[in-house]
Amino acid sequence: MKEIIETGTDELYAHLNKEAEEAGYHLNPDVEHAKNLVSGMLVNEKRYGYRACPCRLATGDKDDDLDIICPCDYRDQDVEEYGACYCGLYVSESVIEGEKNVAPMPERRKPLEERKRREQMPATISSLPFPMWRCRVCGYLCARDGPPGVCPICKAKAERFERFM
Amino acid sequence: MTMVHIQGEDKGNIVLYALSTCVWCKKTKKLLTELGVDFHYVYVDLLEEDEKEKILDVMKIHNPVCSFPTLVIDDKTCIIGYNEGRIREVLGK
Repeated sequence: MKEIIETGTDELYAHLNKEAEEAGYHLNPDVEHAKNLVSGMLVNEKRYGYRACPCRLATGDKDDDLDIICPCDYRDQDVEEYGACYCGLYVSESVIEGEKNVAPMPERRKPLEERKRREQMPATISSLPFPMWRCRVCGYLCARDGPPGVCPICKAKAERFERFM
Repeated sequence: MTMVHIQGEDKGNIVLYALSTCVWCKKTKKLLTELGVDFHYVYVDLLEEDEKEKILDVMKIHNPVCSFPTLVIDDKTCIIGYNEGRIREVLGK
């Protein structure tokens, strides 16, 4: 069975690989696996308008799917705990070094209702001179009037930031 | 229901809920094909909305999170994710 690979897969793979290595992340050394995922992301970009995780069912409503736009909000935790993110595009250093294998993992993402409930409980310290913004992808924090256009650590877009304090 | 039937050895009613873009789903489908068992699969992401809802309602009974791949055998055994060892064990292969 020949895989159908989307046009632009090799270019996006090379770009993501470079970006990952520069920021201390690693793509799966199984290049075929990684490129299949990148191809799936491109299919989703065409279908929904954004690169939703190829291993999750997107709704097509960007607001509801922000947390699963690659890199997803759950990548860092899954890489740390299981050696890879949910789809297996990103893996940990110890997997790269061959010290650890990728373990099957449960879905960390909560159902929509629960995610919405959590969003409604921001902590506040009104005496802070600036609000604090947290990158949902990598946890980067900054204190300024608004979130940066792009996370300086993991390159996630401004829309992936949440008001932290 | 838009299920695709793959003919093979009868090991019970095997249904694979999958996404067309998911690599783990592809691996699961490939494994079932290699094992030569009879199964049905459906790409949930390619369904029309009303049909998608219907399928997700059925999936929820077995896997409330509705993650993929979800493999259901004889309406009672559910294997979530690509777990080769467990699939082989359940199918006795």
